[in-house]
Amino acid sequence: MAVTSAKDVHGSAKSAVPSLLYRPEVRQAFYQVLLVVVLGLFFWMVIDNAITNLRKQNVAAGFGFLDRTAGFDISQHFIDYSSQSTYRQAILVGLINTLVVSVIGIVLATILGFVMGVARLSKNWLIAKIASGYVEVSRNVPLLLQLFVWYFAVLASLPQAREAHALPGGGFLSVRGLSMPKPIGEPGFGWVVVVALLGLIGSIAFAWYARVRQLQTGQRLPVLWVTLGLLAMLPALTFLIAGRPLSFDYPVLGRFNLAGGLTLQPEMVAMILGLVFYTGGYIAEVVRAGILGVNKGQKEAAAAIGLPPGLVMRLVVIPQAMRIIIPPLTSQYLNLTKNSSLGIAIAYPDLTHVLANTTLGLTNQAIETIALLMGIYLTLSLLTSFFMNWFNRRMALVER
Amino acid sequence: MPADAMETMRPPHATTGPIAWLRDNLFSSVTNTILTLVGFVAIVALANGILNWAFLTAIWNGPDGTYVSGWRVWELVTGPWETKTAAPCREKSSGACWPFIANKFPQFIYGRYPLDQRWRVDLTLLMLVAGLVAMMVPRIPGKAWSAGFMFLVFPMVAFWLLSGNVVGGRVGMWDAIGFLLALIGGGLLITQRMRPGRYVSATASLIGVLALLAAIPLLVRFVMGTSGLVDLPVVKTEFWGGFLVTLVVALVGLTGAFPIGILLALGRRSKMPLVRWASVGFIEFVRGVPLITILFMSSVMLPLFLPDGITFDKLLRALIGVMLFQGAYMAETIRGGLQAIPRGQSEAADALGLSYPQKMTFIVLPQALKLVIPGIVNSFVGLFKDTSLVLIIGLFDLLGIVQLNANADPNWASPTTNLTGYVFAAIIFGLCCYGISRYSQMIERRLAAGERR
Repeated sequence: MAVTSAKDVHGSAKSAVPSLLYRPEVRQAFYQVLLVVVLGLFFWMVIDNAITNLRKQNVAAGFGFLDRTAGFDISQHFIDYSSQSTYRQAILVGLINTLVVSVIGIVLATILGFVMGVARLSKNWLIAKIASGYVEVSRNVPLLLQLFVWYFAVLASLPQAREAHALPGGGFLSVRGLSMPKPIGEPGFGWVVVVALLGLIGSIAFAWYARVRQLQTGQRLPVLWVTLGLLAMLPALTFLIAGRPLSFDYPVLGRFNLAGGLTLQPEMVAMILGLVFYTGGYIAEVVRAGILGVNKGQKEAAAAIGLPPGLVMRLVVIPQAMRIIIPPLTSQYLNLTKNSSLGIAIAYPDLTHVLANTTLGLTNQAIETIALLMGIYLTLSLLTSFFMNWFNRRMALVER
Repeated sequence: MPADAMETMRPPHATTGPIAWLRDNLFSSVTNTILTLVGFVAIVALANGILNWAFLTAIWNGPDGTYVSGWRVWELVTGPWETKTAAPCREKSSGACWPFIANKFPQFIYGRYPLDQRWRVDLTLLMLVAGLVAMMVPRIPGKAWSAGFMFLVFPMVAFWLLSGNVVGGRVGMWDAIGFLLALIGGGLLITQRMRPGRYVSATASLIGVLALLAAIPLLVRFVMGTSGLVDLPVVKTEFWGGFLVTLVVALVGLTGAFPIGILLALGRRSKMPLVRWASVGFIEFVRGVPLITILFMSSVMLPLFLPDGITFDKLLRALIGVMLFQGAYMAETIRGGLQAIPRGQSEAADALGLSYPQKMTFIVLPQALKLVIPGIVNSFVGLFKDTSLVLIIGLFDLLGIVQLNANADPNWASPTTNLTGYVFAAIIFGLCCYGISRYSQMIERRLAAGERR
């Protein structure tokens, strides 16, 4: 009774319980229910339409096609594959092709990007200008156009296989792609691998020991030289002692064609060139921003305590720059992986090509193939960003 | 100490002038000198290659296409061009085949848009340039009006100009809608104005302005349609192509992505868990997949999701895909701006008793959006380059039409035709993207100058 009477008196409803409509919780609940209902209706409509349309078109539904024989060839496969294999294997081949081109691209683009990023900050005027010219060109021209230039203009104008350019070291470059000597391990080569692994473990242990020692005594050990010795000299020595147990299968120029060796197809060469040239420009900018982001006082302080310029860079600038660099570098790696889907335009048999082109064309199951394609890319992206976030947290923790 | 000991010291090196500059910047040490020499050789080789390819061994205009005197670059665009085939390029050249560009230039710009209707594209481009200049040059006043024109009036007028009288009929539903919108908008604004000093409803004013702006092009259409002045024939989008499609995809993508991005960014920062989850889910999903898969989805899956009988045109489907894609990226950019606004702004708005829409429209969003202008312009560079992907789903943007002509036209088949086409497309894309990113840097400097004080 008291409540209603308070409401009746105009303007003195302070002590009263406000109307339900004005309670934030009630409004929030209402909006959320509304969102769920609208989304639910939307999806229900979409699914209903899809079922009706598919029934009318007589298209099979479901992922049953995965176990059927694919019946098409894929020009480049790193695992056993023939036209008798299933769609599942074809998709796996496509995924591996995507991963191969992405990993090679990431490694090479990182090298190119770091070189160009550092070169842009060089005190040498000419070098800095060349690097910034590269960055502008690579970033302002669409990747697809760059791929077309590499594939249709540059690689397609190479000579026929029988007139292939001979490269130093026994390789050949022709319109058929890049042929390289294929290394073949002979008995005894296993030892070299074992020693190399031991060297790797040893150098990690040594670096760790050197760090602990430096924290305790302040003395620095020659980590770089010891590591180099363990990683390069030991396996090399083993290689010589074991009697050089490695031979190469050299590509041979026949009358009409190249035989033997390891051949990278022109599609793959164009993909790698395009992705590396394009992403290198972005990585260069990331690296430049990272190095510029380190406070000038840090460098000056390091110089003031008597560190030589090389050590200033290695011990002071780069560790701090890396913290700035890693997050955007991660997204460049992700972009490169996603951009490898453009291979479909130059017929590189990657995941997109196998699924959205060949499989979709043969099975006509648009929803399943595109959903599968998106799902795989999404998984790759999420896995990479989880890993890089973990790595980033580790790097950042050192800062305290 | 004899006085002449001082005189024997050599003067220090000059610290100013070209010689000093050269020494400091190019030859300061042995390594630097080597780098300079290597760089110099590389530059000379590159310049030599470009000069040879683009000028000295290239095929230019002439009676038989073979003479290379007078490289009048502008004639590529203006014509008249006497060389009509690739024969000279096939026979003698190892350099660029410029007659290809000169003869195909209109196609690269308009696609297959009917010849006698191309003035419509020209007019649209003219309005676009005028609007952009008014909006982007800081010195020109009336930014609210030019922005309103660009975001509301221009899209509709451009749509009408480019597609023609697709709605059909002289006086009909669209004109009625136009009058209705004008009535609603005017009414709302007048009632708001008539209560000076009183509570002004943000939502009502906003709706009023939007309705009024939306009514303008419909009324213009009504006036033109009824007076019989303009009867625009319909041009289906399958005839659109070239740079026109590139611009349409980029600009519609950007404009459409803007509201989507704002809503998603607000949703991601919402206190309501379901709204937040829905926004995060959408944003992360779109950002986790390549654009080409989204385009495939909108081109082959979307038709299956629509009720029977409703079909979307191919260009519209691509536009929907691009808008959703760009919207998710835009949301992250805008979220960055929202996070940069101090909490006190929003709390002060709450203390004044502003509702959520009022708080956002008048307090938070104006500040946040101003902060992210450079970010949005930068993401537009990405979008502009990404428009070329629509060629994979069978639309012919600038790159698509260059690719089609360079590799599939037997009349123009020659060893250098396709590279010439790609270089042309690269120059256009490069100039546009370079210009946009320069503009973004300028804006960034201006905003930073405001912040420094």
